[in-house]
Amino acid sequence: MTLADFLRGELGLTGTHLGCEHGVCGACTVLIDGASARSCLTLAVQAAGHEVTTIEGLGTPENPHPLMRAFSEMHGLQCGFCTPGFIVSAFEYLREHPQPNREEMRRDLSGNICRCTGYVKIFASIERAAELMSS
Amino acid sequence: MKPAPFEYHAPTEVAEAVRLLASYGDEGRALAGGQSLVPLLNLRLARPKAIIDLNRIESLAYHRLEGDVLVVGALCRQRDLERDPAVLARCAAIADALPLIGHLGIRNRGTVVGSLAHADPAAEWPLLAMLFDAELVAEGSGGRRSIRAADFFKGAFSTALDPGEILVEARFQLPPEGAGTAFVEVARRHGDFALGAAGAVVAGDDVRLALGGFDSVPLRVAPDPEAAPSAVNPVDDIHAPAAYRRRLAGALARRALELAKERAR
Repeated sequence: MTLADFLRGELGLTGTHLGCEHGVCGACTVLIDGASARSCLTLAVQAAGHEVTTIEGLGTPENPHPLMRAFSEMHGLQCGFCTPGFIVSAFEYLREHPQPNREEMRRDLSGNICRCTGYVKIFASIERAAELMSS
Repeated sequence: MKPAPFEYHAPTEVAEAVRLLASYGDEGRALAGGQSLVPLLNLRLARPKAIIDLNRIESLAYHRLEGDVLVVGALCRQRDLERDPAVLARCAAIADALPLIGHLGIRNRGTVVGSLAHADPAAEWPLLAMLFDAELVAEGSGGRRSIRAADFFKGAFSTALDPGEILVEARFQLPPEGAGTAFVEVARRHGDFALGAAGAVVAGDDVRLALGGFDSVPLRVAPDPEAAPSAVNPVDDIHAPAAYRRRLAGALARRALELAKERAR
């Protein structure tokens, strides 16, 4: 069983979305020991002894992470399917680059695909989150 | 899109992994970063009876520079090299290639040695192995043996590894300090499989060129961009016609050689 299926089916943590299930779309991105990984390409058993952070671990509707607030404010999503993966990847990106720039974002977030909005509002959301996090 | 059932083992020692793998003959597969094998499992293009997971074998998680040799253990992630300034400073071609491999989340998990064992003809590490005359160290029930890169890649996704053997280490023979090296590729989108790639070394009279994605295996060819299009045997498919790929081989060869020459001191 993959980690993605374990999170969703066994733990009921359905915030992690499953798109392509072969590592292309990035929707299922989670953090394993703080580093982004595709949970569809990781076996559940391989996570034993490691710390897995999902979108649920970053914030809640009552207490959203600045990235969640920013995606909402800046319309960084339309259908929302890719959003958990984007936010988890963006979390890792902002941790390493607290002052984001578009060139780096294009490079480091290339593993997440959005089919609705295009990427402009997603990048604007990440920039807004960086502002929120620094203030 | 779910793997077919398989038996799963997670040994903590190489010898145990070799014994387990050998016990399944050609029905066992070694799993490292999983960024190539797990998609094949999910798509059921691979249906091994058993997976021997190497991720608990801590003794394989290393890389180091031994003089001019970059030594990489089977559990060294792409990202481990990308984060090592000494490796990036020592070899420009490797520094060029790393960010082009998949995406960041793929490089966090994927391994260098796993990519070599997978032997995708368009992948970056097989080309680098050819460029740097890598020695690939396999361990099987009969002990360890070293295979030259030129003898390792047998065809697309096909290597000289015997059933029951695990690729445990790769040793890249880097050119001397001061040599210029470069790696360039063309892909439709960042992180996609490359349509083609080229690596070059310029170290005095030692000028080398390797091309990837233009045949079933990466090629070492004469360092002449004019000759490159006729030195390759590209496919004609939905992604690009063969004639385009031949021209690409020449263009990438020129770019890689020029960049390596600029960088040589």
